[in-house]
Amino acid sequence: MCDSKMCDSKMFNSEMFNSEMFDSDVKITQGALGRFGEFGGMFVPEILVPTLLALDKAFEEARGDPAFVAEFEGLLKEYAGRETPLYRCRNLTSGTKATIYLKREDLLHGGAHKTNQVIGQALLARRMGKTRLIAETGAGQHGVATALAGALFKMETRVYMGSKDMERQAPNVFRMRLMGTEVVPVETGSRGLKDAINEALRDWAASYENTHYLLGTVAGPHPFPTIVREFQRVIGREAKRQILEAEGRLPDAVFACVGGGSNAMGIFADFIDEPAVKLIGVEPAGHGLHTEKHGATIEKGRPGILHGSYSYVLQDENGQIRESHSISAGLDYPGVGAQHSHLHSIGRAQYIGITDQEALDAFTRLSREEGIIPALESSHALAQALKHAQDAAAPQIYIVNLSGRGDKDIEQVMPYIGGARS
Amino acid sequence: MSQRYEKTFADLKKKGEGAFIPFVMLGDPDTRESEAIIETLIESGADALELGIPFSDPVADGPVIQTSANRALEKGATPDGCLDILARIRKKYEDIPAGLLVYANLVVGKGAESFYKRAAEAGVDSVLVADVPTLMAPPFVRYAQNAGIDPVFIVPPNASDEKLREVAALTKGYTYFLGRAGVTGADQEMKVPLSSKIALLKEAGAPPVVVGFGISRPEHVRASLKAGADGAISGSATVAIIAAHAGDPGKMGKMHEELAAFVKLMKSATRI
Ligand SMILES: Cc1ncc(COP(=O)(O)O)c(C=O)c1O
Repeated sequence: MCDSKMCDSKMFNSEMFNSEMFDSDVKITQGALGRFGEFGGMFVPEILVPTLLALDKAFEEARGDPAFVAEFEGLLKEYAGRETPLYRCRNLTSGTKATIYLKREDLLHGGAHKTNQVIGQALLARRMGKTRLIAETGAGQHGVATALAGALFKMETRVYMGSKDMERQAPNVFRMRLMGTEVVPVETGSRGLKDAINEALRDWAASYENTHYLLGTVAGPHPFPTIVREFQRVIGREAKRQILEAEGRLPDAVFACVGGGSNAMGIFADFIDEPAVKLIGVEPAGHGLHTEKHGATIEKGRPGILHGSYSYVLQDENGQIRESHSISAGLDYPGVGAQHSHLHSIGRAQYIGITDQEALDAFTRLSREEGIIPALESSHALAQALKHAQDAAAPQIYIVNLSGRGDKDIEQVMPYIGGARS
Repeated sequence: MSQRYEKTFADLKKKGEGAFIPFVMLGDPDTRESEAIIETLIESGADALELGIPFSDPVADGPVIQTSANRALEKGATPDGCLDILARIRKKYEDIPAGLLVYANLVVGKGAESFYKRAAEAGVDSVLVADVPTLMAPPFVRYAQNAGIDPVFIVPPNASDEKLREVAALTKGYTYFLGRAGVTGADQEMKVPLSSKIALLKEAGAPPVVVGFGISRPEHVRASLKAGADGAISGSATVAIIAAHAGDPGKMGKMHEELAAFVKLMKSATRI
């Protein structure tokens, strides 16, 4: 999506500063690398720029290198267990006109889609000669994926995690430590994903020489939104082939939850150019969009600059970043990937909020109807698909990206649904 | 553009002195005290001011300046309120150069154009946006210059010769030379910049070079000037004095005394 003329770094010499191009309607991402429409860019301290440019270059070289691609795909198959099934729900939609297929990223090694792109970035890090990985994590799934890659590639690994999230996702903290990763609690701000990203960026500003920052989603500065999307694209590529095999046609809609937006971009990417397929991103509406307690960045935010990119941001009238809320740690983020902002602004994807309670209901329903315990994050996507199914007047085929499994959430969910009701 | 940086650095040069520039966060620990603190800094010999506007997510700052921003935000500091503090200072002190150090979302929050305009009206001379590198600079430079404000850019310690020339051409008012990698903080000392890098900047026509990050003692100031710099900025060490007294109204007198002593000590190191 990066407009190639603008991706030429020669565009940035200082002579252009007085050129005519600024006399009309100046955009804040004017001339930026990694633009998606007016969104994206590389808004980072100067010290990180050479590292990000080097990463961009390494990625472009690697994706054209058959040996790299073969190693990546080999590991996705043998280590991570691709391809993942596309499962047609047998009971969930009875009484409606819709059929729901689940893209089973919950069955991927590590328990979520995060493993796909972590393997890609870890291979890149090794290719660039880095010996240390750092990452942020919200739900702990990206942290777990980074920890397993750290163990596999024998790299020193440190994960920053908000202390609020360490409490609500304790099993994942244990998993990371078990695999030899250092988990550093972050006590600043809202003690969540946003603050963990801040801390990882601070670490990187001093450690970039030997360290790769393995960012976990399609947010952040260029080239992360592109790298992460490309390494997650496999989800949608498989799903497209699988649905054509199963149904002989494309789906009517694809649903995915949106925290930073990586599982959604992963499944959307190969459907963007299929205008008949609706793309639906599901944001966490928390206690409701009419309250202050939600993480519905696109629905309730406005464009701004957070974590290196110009995109929708939850913020107050002065530009201070607001705290988000979601029952689901992985969606509890006041920013969103720049390409989602773009897809929203051109109307190609639609973004809808699902509340904590609706997500919990979907969590229980999938467990009872199909014997599959979904992650709370993925439960948001499922809840919206179920609403669509209820309203369907004609036969509909939906794909839901079941981005992760719910084992990590059991402890947190128990008080809400009282354990095993009969 | 104001002539304040040019005039200040020219006067210092005549006297054979470098510039000492303290950094504090506007609104820390509260509006009234913040204004008094800035007066103390000026009366104690600061040659110019570097002032932050508190932001919720300051990724280029270590714990001392993060906490400073939080103190100000908890007292309700807003960008407009911060500029009002500066406007009052400007009425009393017409000649001292004042630079802002901000984050991009505060600039674009209410529209970049109006941010620079309001800053100019408050008497700001320069704006450095911590998360806008030269690569992303064009719109920001444009808005700054339209408002008569000098856009300042950073030279990182890992800068290539090409980058040095690029910053030299772009930065106005002064050149911010990073004393070391990482985020702000006094716990890790600056590394003495290579005099060859500073020489190259000047050869390329850069405005006066000021070293910042990790400057907490007089010897850091001396080492910077010896390497060819024109001044030094001390942030975390200055803010740490405020942190040590904030929250206790009975300690404000002592805080001002310590700030004054610190500025005098650091300023004395600029006379070489
Ligand atoms: C299972 C699962 N789904 C979704 C997400 C949200 O991230 P993203 O929007 O990048 O897919 C997470 C994040 O931790 C997750 O663990």
